[in-house]
Amino acid sequence: MSAVLTIAGYGFREAVRRKVFAVVVVLTAVFLALFWLANHYVFTRLSTVTPPADVNVDTRTFAGAFLLGLAMFATLFLGVVLAVFLTLGVVSGDAERGLLQPLVVRPVGRTTLLLSRFLGAAAVCVVYVLAVYGGALAIIDLTGHWVPAAKVAPGLELAAGVLIVIALSILGSVFLSSTANGIAVFMLFGAGLVAGLLGTIGHALNSHAIRHASAVAAWALPFEALYQDGLRLISSNASGLTGFLLQLGPFGGGYVHGWGIRVWSVGYLVVALAVAVLAFSRKDL
Amino acid sequence: MPHALAVHGLEKRYGSVEALKGVDLSVEEGELVGLLGPNGAGKSTLVKIAVGLVRATRGRAEVVGARAGSRAARAELGYLAELFRFPGWYTADEVLVLHQRLAHSEGGAAERQRLLELVALSEARDRRVDGMSKGMQQRLGIAQALVGSPRVLVLDEPTSALDPAGRRIVRVLLEDLRGKGVSVLLNSHLLSEIELVCDRVAILRSGEVVAAGSPHELTRPRGVELETDEGTRTIDGATREDAPRLVAEAVAAGRRVYGVRVLTSTLEDTYLEVVGDEVS
Repeated sequence: MSAVLTIAGYGFREAVRRKVFAVVVVLTAVFLALFWLANHYVFTRLSTVTPPADVNVDTRTFAGAFLLGLAMFATLFLGVVLAVFLTLGVVSGDAERGLLQPLVVRPVGRTTLLLSRFLGAAAVCVVYVLAVYGGALAIIDLTGHWVPAAKVAPGLELAAGVLIVIALSILGSVFLSSTANGIAVFMLFGAGLVAGLLGTIGHALNSHAIRHASAVAAWALPFEALYQDGLRLISSNASGLTGFLLQLGPFGGGYVHGWGIRVWSVGYLVVALAVAVLAFSRKDL
Repeated sequence: MPHALAVHGLEKRYGSVEALKGVDLSVEEGELVGLLGPNGAGKSTLVKIAVGLVRATRGRAEVVGARAGSRAARAELGYLAELFRFPGWYTADEVLVLHQRLAHSEGGAAERQRLLELVALSEARDRRVDGMSKGMQQRLGIAQALVGSPRVLVLDEPTSALDPAGRRIVRVLLEDLRGKGVSVLLNSHLLSEIELVCDRVAILRSGEVVAAGSPHELTRPRGVELETDEGTRTIDGATREDAPRLVAEAVAAGRRVYGVRVLTSTLEDTYLEVVGDEVS
């Protein structure tokens, strides 16, 4: 246990020392300031907002859910940026730089080492995602006096989505150099966004084939599905749900949702980490 | 009693490249064994298999009787990699604290102080790694390898970044460790260093041990050099036993003898002979 804490602490300290962490913190502060400004103007001029005719919710709920949906996307994006930059070189990158070898030869075990690095990065990213999500919720509540139907679960789903990205990034780091891994994980993230967009288009066009392709992509990249499920939850007590979700933006949807995707995501995370551990245990350094 | 470190029939293949072709080697308790060979001979691969960084294709490697790479083997090991780095924001003391925790060492501050003194870094205890010279980092790496008082020390090019004073520190340290029963496998390009400190030497070429023995065993007589009033001449093939006779003959012939020196080949001569024209 002490070895786990030592390595996790090593990873945590490395994470907060990196310039990318400072950059993300500054960008987050800028984002939250702009988000507050946007909420301030939207809610002080709420009478100028008119929800689309097919959305059966009041104007405040429409505006609040729309803004929170945007904040959730920004939170996920910033969380993924942080997660990828903290973990893209955990194995191959650190081995190339000579940071890994002195640690691996200690009687800790490669499994413990890798899982501890996951825990270190997860601690930073989960706290970050929940803090930004909580900040966005607080801003909407303070400026617009609106709170979503579910407050905690969407934040947890965003954090879980980022955990999956961390696991994929660590898995990629066993096989790829830092640069290649960073590109690969960001491309996966982009593919997830495109899948969400595809689902929106599929629903708008009422195309079963496109909707099916989007659903497959959501199961293949569950971080995107978790984000979609979080979007669904913030307005789950509103009527005309599908039409309303479509108004949340191109990355909205919630077409794959519920406990099925949550359980699948846990399994996905465990399998991704297990494959990473197995591959790392067989890797020549 | 198991060897401190032993490899038997060790083979390693990277794709179509055979890095090791059945290497046998052992290091006994308190013994200092040097590995020599040109680039690509398989030295680093051998060292990495011994410490569990690389998996052998065939054969076995053991550390104090435990399979190399196992937790039990790693608990007995100290290792300095050829290419290593510590996080730049750690101080020298923090690096050692980290490795004490990972090695389950209970030496505490006293051990850290002792190790930093051993490598002449006690004044740099609170200096961050990114503020250290390469030589200082290498000495810190050696201190790190000694955390937890390992029974077997594997050093891969430990003096490559050191100046002569730093090399001397390491040489004295290695002799001290040998006196304490620590076994050392030393991989180095510096033949003079190997010749000075090692009890035995193994020379690798193309993945095979092509020569092994003590530095003395690996050298051979090259003749006797006689300095007389006629000048200096070398009697090829003569040995130490021939020296008195050669002096007596010169004196009998009316020569004035100013000096006599028995010549032996150096480790470098032997190395070049067995390695051939491979560039190191």
